[in-house]
Amino acid sequence: MSQQYNPVIGLEVHVETNTKTKMFCACSDDYFGKEPNTHTCPVCLGLPGALPFTNEEAIEKCMKIGLALNCKVAESSLFERKNYFYPDLAKGYQISQYRWPLCVGGSIEVTGKNGKKSTIRINRAHQEEDTGKLTHVEGRTLIDFNRSGVPLVEIVTEPDFTDTEQIRDYAKQLREIFRNLGVSNADMEKGDMRLEANISVRPVGQKELPNYRVELKNINSFRFMVAAVEFEIKRQIEALESGETLHQETRGWNEAKHETYLQRSKEEANDYRYFPEPDLPSLAVDRDLVKKLQEEARAALPQTKVDNLVKTYGISQESAVTMIRQGSDPFFEELVAKLGQTGISSQIVASMIINKKIDWQDLSTDDVVKQLKAQASQTALSSDQLEKAIDEVIADNEKTAADYKAGKENALQALIGAVMKKTSGRADAKQAAEIIKEKLK
Amino acid sequence: MAKSTKIDIDHVSKLANLPLPDEQKRIFASQLTKILDYIEKIEKADTKNVEPTFNVTPNKNVTRKDTAGTCLTQDEALQNSKNTKNGQFVTKGVFKSE
Repeated sequence: MSQQYNPVIGLEVHVETNTKTKMFCACSDDYFGKEPNTHTCPVCLGLPGALPFTNEEAIEKCMKIGLALNCKVAESSLFERKNYFYPDLAKGYQISQYRWPLCVGGSIEVTGKNGKKSTIRINRAHQEEDTGKLTHVEGRTLIDFNRSGVPLVEIVTEPDFTDTEQIRDYAKQLREIFRNLGVSNADMEKGDMRLEANISVRPVGQKELPNYRVELKNINSFRFMVAAVEFEIKRQIEALESGETLHQETRGWNEAKHETYLQRSKEEANDYRYFPEPDLPSLAVDRDLVKKLQEEARAALPQTKVDNLVKTYGISQESAVTMIRQGSDPFFEELVAKLGQTGISSQIVASMIINKKIDWQDLSTDDVVKQLKAQASQTALSSDQLEKAIDEVIADNEKTAADYKAGKENALQALIGAVMKKTSGRADAKQAAEIIKEKLK
Repeated sequence: MAKSTKIDIDHVSKLANLPLPDEQKRIFASQLTKILDYIEKIEKADTKNVEPTFNVTPNKNVTRKDTAGTCLTQDEALQNSKNTKNGQFVTKGVFKSE
């Protein structure tokens, strides 16, 4: 029997926050799909003498993200220069944070499909700037600096992931948090949110971390990242089993060959010579502001929203989670308020939204109210139909009916439920209850 | 005193993206070593009761509102570039050199 191995995975998520302007200049950061190099100025082009000027909205959004991930916001925070030569940033460095990140030491509880919960520790959430976009054509590289300097928040976890399912759940949950906080659309296809993974494997039972890690980078699709992580786990276990020593390195993903490949060795790439950005004064964080942002962050968290929906409308936890994921919950709340006392239960409205019986993406709530009222009058059951349905339900559920007769009040609810099901929710529950009671007297 | 082993000049020139002829490597290695010697001297100073300084400006929280200003036009942005194509800057292929 050969040695068993466990993967050790840490993630870095980059998310572009949806400010109106860039991180350190007043250029609009609404760059997606725009003509190249039309959203630039001396600052984000890295022209000599240009000075950065911090966007306060971006800093607040970064703090909100940190707080939503249970991080502490630092008393004082500084930017640093991360020096490297690559044409995606013209300055020769990226303004980032290293020793004094804005938010540190948080955690997030991730819930898997099977309901299994696990805690992922967050090392930090810091503020930096995005780079320009490179296109490689015929041995040359074209540069569009529209994206250069767009506010980017980097969220680094501890190596707490053990499989790709967890990575998927974490990424999904983060995306929901970003959207609920209103700090980013987190659209992976547009590159709003990007993932990098650090992977190593260790023998089962070993406590200490392996002495190497492989960084998976520049993989621009979530699906490819998952494939790359799975490939890498297998590759590393096989390498160790055949007696190889694994090294610190950066690997990319070749989708055609369906394998990872070596990009550059880490020793060289990681010599960034960070030093404090002399052009930017430090940030002393106002604690009242932190308190205010913390409240906003908490109210916007998916779990808080779920709890509120369940409590306010009496709908199921599942429906609440689904609507929040869809982003249909504001529509739902508006619709329920407008429907008022029409006898259509909140749960039925929720189910109709979830099952796309209500076209919430294209219609206004007023349209839907009209539609539902019209439907209700058309499809209302005649009392004959209702009585027939109840007779059938009683016949089909003899035991439940007997239970009710024997005094079990709960059984009545079950019977009403069956009637609602039989009539596709068209029956009036109160009326049905009275008829059932009458019949089972 | 100046030992050249303190400086890996090949590594430094690579990081600085400055290919240097051997003669210059020798000169810079010696100069950079002198700088390191100087830093070593500074490191000996007693700083027990001195607050670290990471930034020389006494200012804090100099920030701006998130309001968009005007940008350069594409022509203005590209005007100093020797080589452009389809509104973009053109540079040597980065994949070749890696």
